[in-house]
Amino acid sequence: MSDAMLEMRDLRIGATAYPPGEPPQDIEIVHGISFTLQKGKVLGLIGESGAGKSTIGLAALGYGRGGVKITGGEVWINGRDILKGGLRGLRKLRGAEVTYVAQSAAAAFNPAKKLMEQVIEAAVHHNRCSKSEAEARAVELFAKLGLPDPETFGNRYPHQVSGGQLQRAMTALALCPQPDLVVFDEPTTALDVTTQIEVLAAIKEAIRDTGVAALYITHDLAVVAQVSDDIMVLRDGDKVEYGPTDQIINAPQEDYTRALVSVRSINHEEKSPTPDPVLRVSGISARYKGTSFDVLHDISVDLHPGQTLAVVGESGSGKSTLARVITGLLPPSKGEIEFSGRTLSPALEGRPREDLRELQMIYQMADVAMNPRQTVGTIIGRPLEFYFNMRGAEKRQRIKELLEEIEMGDGFLDRYPAELSGGQKQRVCIARALAAKPKMIICDEVTSALDPLVADGILKLLLNLQKIEGVAYLFITHDLATVRAIADSIAVMHRGKVVRYGPKSQVLSPPFDDYTDLLLSSVPEMKLGWLEEVIAHRKMESAGN
Amino acid sequence: MSRIPVAAAVGLFFTALYFLAAIFAPLLAPYGVAEVVGDVWEPSSATHWLGTDNIGRDLLTRLIYGGRTTIFIATTATILSFTTGATLGFLAAVLGGWADQVMSRAIDLLMSIPTLIFALVVLSVMPVTLPVLILVMGLLDSTRVYRLARAVAVDINVMDYVEAAKLRGEGRVWIIFREILPNALSPLVAEMGLRFIFMVLFVSTLSFLGLGVQPPAADWGGIVKENKDGIVYGIPAALLPAVAIATLAISVNLVADWILNRTTSLKGGRG
Amino acid sequence: MGSALKLVAQRVALGLLLLLLVSGLIFIGTQLLPGDVAQSILGQSATPEALANMRRDLGLNEPALTRYLSWLFNALQGDLGTALTNGQDIADSISGRMKNTLFLAFWAAIIAVPLAIFLGLLAVRYRDRWPDKMISAVTLASISIPEFLIGYVIMYVVGVKLRWFPSVAMINDGMSLGEKLSSIAMPVMVLTLVVLAHMMRMTRAAILNVMQSAYIETAELKGLNRFQVIFRHAFPNSVAPIVNVVMLNLAYLVVGVVVIEVVFTYPGMGQYLVDHVAKRDVPVVQACGLLFAAVYIGLNMVADIVSILSNPRLRHPK
Repeated sequence: MSDAMLEMRDLRIGATAYPPGEPPQDIEIVHGISFTLQKGKVLGLIGESGAGKSTIGLAALGYGRGGVKITGGEVWINGRDILKGGLRGLRKLRGAEVTYVAQSAAAAFNPAKKLMEQVIEAAVHHNRCSKSEAEARAVELFAKLGLPDPETFGNRYPHQVSGGQLQRAMTALALCPQPDLVVFDEPTTALDVTTQIEVLAAIKEAIRDTGVAALYITHDLAVVAQVSDDIMVLRDGDKVEYGPTDQIINAPQEDYTRALVSVRSINHEEKSPTPDPVLRVSGISARYKGTSFDVLHDISVDLHPGQTLAVVGESGSGKSTLARVITGLLPPSKGEIEFSGRTLSPALEGRPREDLRELQMIYQMADVAMNPRQTVGTIIGRPLEFYFNMRGAEKRQRIKELLEEIEMGDGFLDRYPAELSGGQKQRVCIARALAAKPKMIICDEVTSALDPLVADGILKLLLNLQKIEGVAYLFITHDLATVRAIADSIAVMHRGKVVRYGPKSQVLSPPFDDYTDLLLSSVPEMKLGWLEEVIAHRKMESAGN
Repeated sequence: MSRIPVAAAVGLFFTALYFLAAIFAPLLAPYGVAEVVGDVWEPSSATHWLGTDNIGRDLLTRLIYGGRTTIFIATTATILSFTTGATLGFLAAVLGGWADQVMSRAIDLLMSIPTLIFALVVLSVMPVTLPVLILVMGLLDSTRVYRLARAVAVDINVMDYVEAAKLRGEGRVWIIFREILPNALSPLVAEMGLRFIFMVLFVSTLSFLGLGVQPPAADWGGIVKENKDGIVYGIPAALLPAVAIATLAISVNLVADWILNRTTSLKGGRG
Repeated sequence: MGSALKLVAQRVALGLLLLLLVSGLIFIGTQLLPGDVAQSILGQSATPEALANMRRDLGLNEPALTRYLSWLFNALQGDLGTALTNGQDIADSISGRMKNTLFLAFWAAIIAVPLAIFLGLLAVRYRDRWPDKMISAVTLASISIPEFLIGYVIMYVVGVKLRWFPSVAMINDGMSLGEKLSSIAMPVMVLTLVVLAHMMRMTRAAILNVMQSAYIETAELKGLNRFQVIFRHAFPNSVAPIVNVVMLNLAYLVVGVVVIEVVFTYPGMGQYLVDHVAKRDVPVVQACGLLFAAVYIGLNMVADIVSILSNPRLRHPK
């Protein structure tokens, strides 16, 4: 007990649910969680959305977000139950002994105040040190976290620095009061993968150097494997498995953990190109209306019938813009698009209905891709009506077939989108695209908003449908694991250009160009010590240059 | 529909009561609207439940007929304001570009003058008749409906499901009536209640200032004006129509609130 | 700082442009609509000669643009023309009444603004508890009640039954400040009530909006107490929305004044405007309309400028 810095005993957390049309109900969202965290150790809390991981993390500060209340159990920190001290006691604890790093640093910093003022506020408020000591410590932390110009960095306002820098500044904010415990709540989830690895390395180093204990909350097992000593797997507010990181990753005991570990390990045999591509993009450049610079430069790619071309890149790479150009929403300033052997009109308005039918699209956010006032039947039925003039029983029969294809029963026919889960919504969108009997579907980040297991299900469904229907996918994503899982060929995009393009096996094998190398090596791998390897490798390389 | 909250039920009841009284005014009113039946400002009695007014007409009769006029003007002006505002607002949102710019800037200009002041300026040169009143009120108020309708439609127009419909090749009519309108309806219906209340207050204020409904026709604002001198003698006749205005407005408000809450909680609202 | 100043300059220019366009609109509204001023003044029984003479005297035979420009230039120099009904100089008549109206609006604002902000904060502090619910209910009632009802109820209760203040708000230069204040006590009360609920509700919404930001949670998780959180973190971000609320309501006050002055027969701009609308005295209506619109546009402009100046992104560009 001597070294236990945090101990949760049978923690229970409740919230108020507001089911539509019914009176509010009290429900329990965390059902009796217990664990002990030793000084200087890191515990990873992992689970899908709704697992209760953030709620448990905030409970370490005695805090409940928006109506969430701790209803039972004990939270011991440094030998006392913090739930017994009242709000006054909690205020002494928060920002002093325990601090918090939020997922979105951009929102968590006050836009009206300079960074330094915010970083040192808690330390000074709790009299942990004087203002000048706190400032000196903040500068030290800025330097340690690899922020530019650590001496003057704090004079900036939040909007004046980048997202990755802000996330590091948030870490400095949490470490400045020299706390005993830091709760990291998905600190790298909102970042691009190449930024994520830098922030992750900085956080890990800071944790090690300061000897602070940490709760690290994330939905990404590969990420948490890099920083934590122990991992607790959570599902729907229950503990699934709890053990040392090595055991969880390499010898998981529970089915659910095994599923999480093996997620994104779909293996897809690459198909070889055919002589006649279904889509041929040649020399496309594009700019937004009213601007004078190109956001796409001279893009040329092919997509073959029944195959998948993955377009991969980070935010701002132009991958979604390419999709808009192909659909005709943004006519290109240069270049040409050939589809099924005919040249497509650059603008949507000039395309015949047959072209529109054969080129369908699926969106990232399924909830806004479906009209909330239409039933599933109407949503899937409309393309049948519109393109094939189907009516009545014939249409209904076809809708049922489509629902079968997406592995949902006809019981969903009269449901509204709001009554479906995230995965089901995306399936309905897939069915709507399939209803048009297209030759090609553009999939724009279709799995990014979903939990890993659900996303896996969607990917498997897409692969299966490709086999049956012979439809080609232009698959836009930022996630390389997804690319590995489904692509036949890959185009890597960076700053509006295709920097690497070819069959999957070729694109993913060395020698690499600099950007692809950086991108590939930044994707967290489900193995211990990966982060150190990559960082050491990069240090060596930059020393060598 | 299963459970109606108490507040909404009360609101519905009074709203219905007022509208029915307005429709059946000639049947309900005990006397003629301009008929002098007693002394000046008689207190309430068995023959005159609410007493008489400043020249001895039955106050209850005046109130019932006044409600008829007020509700009629407010309703027609609301309909005018809504059809004009919503049509132009939707058009601006769907057309975009310069059409949107021209319309929106013109509306900005109209809205930079307080509505009441603008109405007073216009009424100083126009003959004050019912059609003119309704036209002035309806058109001035349509600027607000335009703003709301445009904002709501612009929000919906950028949704992926509208883009999906465009990619499918759907025409403008389908997009406006099947994709945008059903999702814009609930904020617009709730706004309709607020606009109606505003119209009731607006016409009452104009009549109270002597620039609305002209005597001997009765409307609630006008009845306040006719009887306001009684106040200093402690005669509350002028307060009755004002209370009628307030209760009608509050009732409609309660109903509008309920409709808004009901439609937004249903099916997760818009997006 | 450069970009913020540029935006402010643009906003001022826009305000001036709006004012110019509004003056045109008011002119068109009064001159080009189907009514005939000469006819209105002389009545239906006027002889054609009398009408012709009247038109000539009023300059109605000149082209509309010429009349508009000369009206505008004169107005810019403080010459608002003469009233048709009594031949008095409008600028003279207005200046005294303007002073009275501003006096009334000033005292209403002095009371209403701090009270509304305080009550708005109270509603946030006791969110979803009885003070908040009561404020919501009062707001609902107050947007549904015509201003003149509030006016007469207060007059009936406070003036007639309790006899605390005179029912008619007469005011003149000979009165001391105390006498003046006692005279306008009731209209001030009414005006305060008219804008209070609205301002309270908007203040509440503005602060709640800020209080729901993630950085407020950050501050709470630093162990700051409620007062420190509000004062250090919520307040700096609430200034712009609150100033906006205040300005919008002051603009609303300007309109409310018109009705309240009539209720209490107070010798201000509103009373003056309404009287002359009834008499169809177009030059007076134009002048008053322009002044009211100018105040309204000015207040809205101030609101926008404050939000530009308090936006950290504009004050400290990258």
